[in-house]
Amino acid sequence: MIASLHSLTAAELAARYPATHPVGDWVRAHLAPAGAFTVNALIALALTTVFVSLTALFLVWMERKVCARFQLRLGPNRVGPFGLLQTLADGLKLFLKESFMPREADFFVYHLAPLIPITSSFMVFCVLPFDHNIQIADPQGGLVYLAAFLGMGVFGVLLAGWASNNKYSLLGALRSGAQMIAYEISYVLCLLLIVLASGSASTRDIVLAQQGTVLDWWLFKLPGCGALGFIIFIISSTAELHRAPFDIAEAESELTGGFHTEYSGMGFSMFFLSEYANLFVASGLGATLFLGGFLAPQFGFGPLDRALELVPGCVWFMLKVYGLVYLYMWLRWTFPRLRVDQLMSLEWKFLLPVALGNLAVAAVLVALGWLLP
Amino acid sequence: MSALESSIVLPPGFEPATDGREGEAYYLNMGPQHPSTHGVLRLVVRLDGETVLGVVPHPGYVHRGIEKMGENMSVLQYLHHTDRLDYLSSLGNSLSICLIVERALGLGVPERADYIRVILCELQRIASHMLWWGVFGMDLGAITTFFYGFRDHELITQLFEEVCGARLTLNYFRPGGVAQDVPADFLAKVQVILEQTRRSLDEYDRLLTKNVIIQERTHGIGVLPAATARSYGCSGAVLRASGVDYDVRKHDSYSIYDRFAFDVPLGRNGDCFDRYEVRMREMAQSVRILEQAVAQFPAAGPWRSKELPQYKLPAGSWFRWVEAARGAFGTFIVSDGSLKPVRIKNRSPGFSNLSVLDEIARGAKLADLVTILSSLDIVVPDIDR
Repeated sequence: MIASLHSLTAAELAARYPATHPVGDWVRAHLAPAGAFTVNALIALALTTVFVSLTALFLVWMERKVCARFQLRLGPNRVGPFGLLQTLADGLKLFLKESFMPREADFFVYHLAPLIPITSSFMVFCVLPFDHNIQIADPQGGLVYLAAFLGMGVFGVLLAGWASNNKYSLLGALRSGAQMIAYEISYVLCLLLIVLASGSASTRDIVLAQQGTVLDWWLFKLPGCGALGFIIFIISSTAELHRAPFDIAEAESELTGGFHTEYSGMGFSMFFLSEYANLFVASGLGATLFLGGFLAPQFGFGPLDRALELVPGCVWFMLKVYGLVYLYMWLRWTFPRLRVDQLMSLEWKFLLPVALGNLAVAAVLVALGWLLP
Repeated sequence: MSALESSIVLPPGFEPATDGREGEAYYLNMGPQHPSTHGVLRLVVRLDGETVLGVVPHPGYVHRGIEKMGENMSVLQYLHHTDRLDYLSSLGNSLSICLIVERALGLGVPERADYIRVILCELQRIASHMLWWGVFGMDLGAITTFFYGFRDHELITQLFEEVCGARLTLNYFRPGGVAQDVPADFLAKVQVILEQTRRSLDEYDRLLTKNVIIQERTHGIGVLPAATARSYGCSGAVLRASGVDYDVRKHDSYSIYDRFAFDVPLGRNGDCFDRYEVRMREMAQSVRILEQAVAQFPAAGPWRSKELPQYKLPAGSWFRWVEAARGAFGTFIVSDGSLKPVRIKNRSPGFSNLSVLDEIARGAKLADLVTILSSLDIVVPDIDR
């Protein structure tokens, strides 16, 4: 299926983009299969933990710098070069703070809730293809797995709001529950669009299906449908991330802190960490699905294309991800917040029908083979 | 009423429900420490889900008894305390007292002082509305506007600092004029501010007014009918947004406001958007007044008529109101002819404007309550006094 969509055959693709990393190969060559699997899994786990933590720290710093520039300020610039260590200092402060629990709160659920969103962020990281051979797992149903774990995050928010025994938290959790369930639908419809177009639910295969020039990215292919899908994806993922203009779950002007009002210390920092980890995941997903993932942009002009090819795939992936991260930040610091009923009608009355129609049109286009712009 | 209902102690100000929502409603305490109650106002909100069924404001957390203090000091000593009422239009507050003393004692005001007063009052109105604009955006979730509002507010505050040494509590007007002359480059600085304000107003429109989310969230929200606005004694932009044409500067003119041509912007529906738009248009009108005042400004002359050793008001009662940034601010003084007044009462626009909150917030969503409160533009020390 994949091979039919572009010039390279499956065998050529496999040769050009080997799926295994030299480090993994080395471990496999020196250990028995069971041992090699364990060692590789441990390496992946350690790398993910370090990467997610560092990324979240960096993104917090970046958000503060970006919003400072939007707001005629300088942002953090005292701790470390360009204030880079500011979030580390803040994290240390949060770590040392007393973990306060309100009276009458549900002890077990209150302490369980912050762990759920961060767990789901870690799980989702596993299927992001950072490069053709840097990906922890590439299950055939990659996007199904991804949608399942992205949807898990809402439990943390709901449970936190319920267990805190606070009206503000409860209102935030109710809003968030309604919002995430609603926007998940158009979110998943966007994933379906790409599955339909590329004929695979594996994230790696989806990237490889965008082989060719820039115009072969799903953003531009599928005349109109890809671009519309991308816009719906950006809107619904902003809602999934609880970022402005959809940050009604923690709308500080009416709900003070929303679902995490009663969390302090590590409980709060877990929510905070997962928020930024999810920002990276959403951007990574956008880059993978619509912007050719780790593929270098090609413009059909020999020397330039070859020069761009020299840059490693993971660098391209990160560039695309941070481009999208900047887009999310731009939206957040420019727009006011929607009201809860407007948010719901935007999804049910506008985004959902449009996404469904888009999917139907795309299905016809795919069936007819009209993929090129 | 069920036994359960009657056993529940309701928050003060609420009657047992008669709207068929017994058992569904709950009460939410907002404030005195809350991000969007603008200081230390406390609201108790009766809610059904997200829908507001009633609001009871509890002011008084910054009550300092300023009016009572005024009974133990001379009027001149009381003058600077009024800066602590509505701190965003402190000049308007002190102007009302100066006007009373000037009328009671028959003091003349030099022309230069009159122009200084008008220029500074209008600048303060612009500064106050800019700050309100920034906070309004923030209450609707657009945090960036807050910084833009403060950026432009800062220019005007710096000019105030150069004129009288203070940035917020200016204490600059005196009966018979102003405390000291303005610096030599005063007019040039005002011109710079006018230039910047014109640019900023344009920027505000592009950033917030025309934003579709702002339009959606403010149109038809918190509709205040003209009759209700009148009966609650609303004033300022809140009153004019409901279509009532009353501006103290125009209809009960004071100082030299009758020399300037300006319009009184009016709204039609009295919703949050009208209140927003009226304030935006008021800033443009203030710019218009300032242009004329700068052109007519006397190049030289005294800035204060002869100072008296004591300012004793003749026996009787005296009242004067002025159009402050938030509405009609009035001072009422009862004097028995001695140095200290018998009674001082300040009519603050914020108190009347806040009292209409319950009326117009019913049926709105919780997020709308914040929008409505912000569109009323209250300053809590002005309400509590």
